[in-house]
Amino acid sequence: MVSKGTFVRIEKTILEPQERTSKIPDDTKKVPFKMWTKGVLQHDCELNAEATIVTVANRRDTGKLVEVNPFYELNYGEFLPEITEIDRVIKNERK
Amino acid sequence: MKENKNLYEQVMSRREEILNKALGVDFDKYEIEGIAFDYEKYMEETAYSLEEVAKIQKENGVGNTPLIELKNITALARKYAPEGKGARIFIKDEACNISGSFKERRASISAYHAKKKGYKGVIAATSGNYGAAVAAQAAKQGLDCIVIQECYDSNQVGQPEIIEKARKCEALGAEVIQTSVGPELFFEALQILDETGFFNASLYSSFGIAGVETLGQEIAVECMDKFNKYPEAVVCTNAGGGNLTGTARGLIKSGASETRVIAASVNLKGLHMASDNDFNRKSFTTGHTGFGIPYATYPDRSDVLRSAARPLRYMDEYYLVEQGEVFYVTEMLAQMEGMERGPAGNTSLSVAFKLAQRMDEDEIIVVQETEYTGAGKHINPQLSFARKNGIDVKFGDPKQSISGKNIILPHTPKDIDITVVEMDVLKKSYLRTVLSTYDKKKEDLSSVEFKYLTEELNVSEGKLNELLSEI
Repeated sequence: MVSKGTFVRIEKTILEPQERTSKIPDDTKKVPFKMWTKGVLQHDCELNAEATIVTVANRRDTGKLVEVNPFYELNYGEFLPEITEIDRVIKNERK
Repeated sequence: MKENKNLYEQVMSRREEILNKALGVDFDKYEIEGIAFDYEKYMEETAYSLEEVAKIQKENGVGNTPLIELKNITALARKYAPEGKGARIFIKDEACNISGSFKERRASISAYHAKKKGYKGVIAATSGNYGAAVAAQAAKQGLDCIVIQECYDSNQVGQPEIIEKARKCEALGAEVIQTSVGPELFFEALQILDETGFFNASLYSSFGIAGVETLGQEIAVECMDKFNKYPEAVVCTNAGGGNLTGTARGLIKSGASETRVIAASVNLKGLHMASDNDFNRKSFTTGHTGFGIPYATYPDRSDVLRSAARPLRYMDEYYLVEQGEVFYVTEMLAQMEGMERGPAGNTSLSVAFKLAQRMDEDEIIVVQETEYTGAGKHINPQLSFARKNGIDVKFGDPKQSISGKNIILPHTPKDIDITVVEMDVLKKSYLRTVLSTYDKKKEDLSSVEFKYLTEELNVSEGKLNELLSEI
């Protein structure tokens, strides 16, 4: 159970595949159009159940509760030997 | 199910009403006849003057960014250039605007106007730096802010650069609504505009373009002040066309009407912008041909009824570079000039590096923007993400690149090259699109429409006749 007042993320299907605009490629037509947003949970709720939140823009929205205390895990990626090679060449060309 | 479809149609049919209310502009006032509308009157009456814009920006941490000479990159360009060639390359360090990009020039005017008109908040539909810019300016004005961004493919894998932008928007106090791939983002934006009654801080409104005019003005004034002349060329990274339009208007208003205005985009030919499969196979989220070409050839596809970004009115030349070349130049800027910056301005820098080699040594070429970089945006995570997605990252001839399949890095800076986009091809494409949109035959154009088209394409009557005869 996720408690009321917790910061959560919700997911919502805006348009099912058959409801989507005709002006898109076939691969996109096969999948639903979805949205995600975050806010403060307004009631106790199970994960994956329907939740109502209030966002920082003071907007009330409803959707499937998919994440509790969402956070970012961005990083600088893995080592790429190509970048050290670019740096070596640049240094050499400057001479 | 049926309910949603109905809702979609219902909302889309109210597009005009919702957009007018959310911008507070009556576009009917500027329509002249058929395809023609009064662009200059629209800009003059709905936006702010250049002086007012500069004042608003100064009060809000925007503008007056340094124009930095890239002496080491210029020296390298001269090494590869024929004797006497190799123009001085300057870069306008727009990353110094408070949220890290030139987009703040656009956002500052929209946020100021929204506050003045009593809106409680602002909304922007953008996956780019514009989101952070609007968030920052909304914070300054004490307005709520919602940024709607296309972020995830159907496996919920997000483009690292877009995720970083979401993080930044939230850090600056905005709600970020993220969507999966598709143009229906516009439907979602309309619904949220309708629901909240917030201001539509569109990139394409007159405010969004007037805000960039100071960028052109600052370049013109500083060059005249320091070098006693205007720059020979200014390179603008081109996507929706607003950057180029605003900069060119500012240059012209400041007297630099002879300066060549050059567009630069990353070549992403072959990738469909609305394709779920292609979404994460590109390493550039903007400044690429997927936006640059369609918006140049039909500006009114945007989220306002008449776009104030009309690049073909001002564009003298247009060049493309490959993804691998921009990554390379990004590394050059960091390693040679001590400036770790994001990809947007470096697209222009790649073009400027090559063009400088064809220009005289005493000429000046200005790259008119930089953007901040960081986790997600930096070339290391972008190339790492590309490799994880099965993109072949390797050294070779960048012109052999196939978007979505590989990223080819040049062996040396000497191999960085540009591809010309023929202006006549763009102009003819514009004509075809506008005629088909208005369901009009070229023979049926009125004299008013004809004159409007000469302005839209910046051509003489004779040239317009020639272009029309070829479509």
